[in-house]
Amino acid sequence: MNKHKKPGNIVSKVVIYIALIVLAISIIVPVAWVFMASFKQNSEFIGKGTNPWALPKKWFVQNYQVAFQDAQMGEFLFNTILVTVLALVLILVIALPAAYVLSRFKFRGNKILNIIFMAGLFINVNYIVVPIFLMLSDWDTALGFQFFLDNRFILALIYASCHLPFTIYLLSSYFKTLPRGFEEAAYIDGCSYFKTMVKIMIPMAKPSIITVLLFNFLTFWNEYIIAYTLMDEHGTLAMGLKNLMAVERTATNYGIMYAGLVIVMLPVLIFYICVQKRLTEGMTLGGLKG
Amino acid sequence: MNRAKSQRRFVLACLAPAVILVAIFIFYPTINVFKMSLFRMGAITNTSEFVGLSNFKTLMEDKNFLEAMQNTILIIVLVMICTIVLAILFAALLSRGKFKGKNFFRVIFYIPNILSIVVIGGIFGAIYDPSNGLLNTFLEAIHLDGLTHKWMGEPDIVIYSVIFALVWQAIGYYMVMYMSGMSAIPEDLYEAASLDGSSEIHTFFSVTLPLIWTNIRTTLTFYIISTINLSFLFVQIMTDGGPNGKTEVFLNYMYKQAYGNGAYGYGMAIGVVVFLFSFILAAIVNKITDREVYEM
Repeated sequence: MNKHKKPGNIVSKVVIYIALIVLAISIIVPVAWVFMASFKQNSEFIGKGTNPWALPKKWFVQNYQVAFQDAQMGEFLFNTILVTVLALVLILVIALPAAYVLSRFKFRGNKILNIIFMAGLFINVNYIVVPIFLMLSDWDTALGFQFFLDNRFILALIYASCHLPFTIYLLSSYFKTLPRGFEEAAYIDGCSYFKTMVKIMIPMAKPSIITVLLFNFLTFWNEYIIAYTLMDEHGTLAMGLKNLMAVERTATNYGIMYAGLVIVMLPVLIFYICVQKRLTEGMTLGGLKG
Repeated sequence: MNRAKSQRRFVLACLAPAVILVAIFIFYPTINVFKMSLFRMGAITNTSEFVGLSNFKTLMEDKNFLEAMQNTILIIVLVMICTIVLAILFAALLSRGKFKGKNFFRVIFYIPNILSIVVIGGIFGAIYDPSNGLLNTFLEAIHLDGLTHKWMGEPDIVIYSVIFALVWQAIGYYMVMYMSGMSAIPEDLYEAASLDGSSEIHTFFSVTLPLIWTNIRTTLTFYIISTINLSFLFVQIMTDGGPNGKTEVFLNYMYKQAYGNGAYGYGMAIGVVVFLFSFILAAIVNKITDREVYEM
């Protein structure tokens, strides 16, 4: 125990700190740099003698104004908030009853359904995004006008659907841990099945509901490939940012591009700082990655 | 009697929406991937013709696909090795080490995992920029001008630039996974090791590593599946396969053929092959690493 004074220990401690600090710097510096660069004017990026490490000459807030208005990031922000909230509501309303019934009721077909939802865990959205696009485009053709593609409500529905297997898996493994007696007591008191679920069982699953919300919030907010494939005018932030990056890089409007980056990542960073403990704890509960 | 009936109705009502949505938006498209891979489909002509396994035959002779396969395998192997070593190292430091600021480092290391891939692409655009990038200007400042490169432009280097970004993004996630495994190891094992005069490094290899083996094994499957998926998103945003196919990966090639080219049947054939490839690889790795687990 009292080995602290040994010189070897001091050396190893220094090495440990260096390793940790190098990784930390590789994360903090680029992220902080983007924030700084988002306040720079164009002349500070281009040409010889410009130093990317220098502080902005003055805090050029107009970058944000341009990004929000001309590059429509404001609209994309609104769309992203709308789609994320809608998808979160949908996924809870659909997944909670399903997870509850699957984990706590005995009925014919229970096993099969559990297997089906488990199988859904292994199908990544990257594989099926093009068939989904074709399916929606077929529906639009059948309908005679564009409804399913470029529709924010449909996008939210697809986000929710694609993450149902994961969410149901997580929620039902939590429901399984709750003690049996509660439902029986409620039934004896004359509660209906529905009332028992909504008033008694779902409130008890609150910790797992929070975990599910945290993870799905991040996924939906950051989601890119589905939105990029299905959406057009009503795009989301991640997709708007990709276009912005392509446009501003060729036009060398770097300041606006970095302002766009900040607009996308700032809400997530604030969110993360508030919930980081719950998030990393919840991760071990889920132990899964999309 | 009545009770049983109302229970059945309740179960049905609770399950129906989830089952219907999963069927429409997950299973139906998945079946379509397999079905469409047997057809030749044109986007413009809107025709489809059954061609059997002909798409797969073409695929085996498609040089671009084979290059994408090589690149993907290289990426999987290197990302897996680098991430596993670094993530376990940092997990061990943060859960066993006795020093200040452990929580701070844990919080910071997880940040790349919460950022959108598009944001990460933007950040690495700033890092790798050839003239004004953070990396090159840093190297010049410490007088290592010889090491500067066009990180996203030189054909021999660009894939490693993408791999670095993937590792950077993954370390925090897997570190947290390993930390949770390590926190389950009982303290007295470490005390016993230290009483036996075992050095910290020796203890790591004889106690920590064997006891999180199950943990590591699970993550190996994760690495394979998630690297195939993430390499697609990273490449799609950072390089789109360029320069000259040097960073082309499985799913990006699929997406390009299907969504970009309108060769839906061919694209889906790629999807089928990649899907099977990832499952077979995961199964092989799982089998190889199957060894006796130390019970705690």
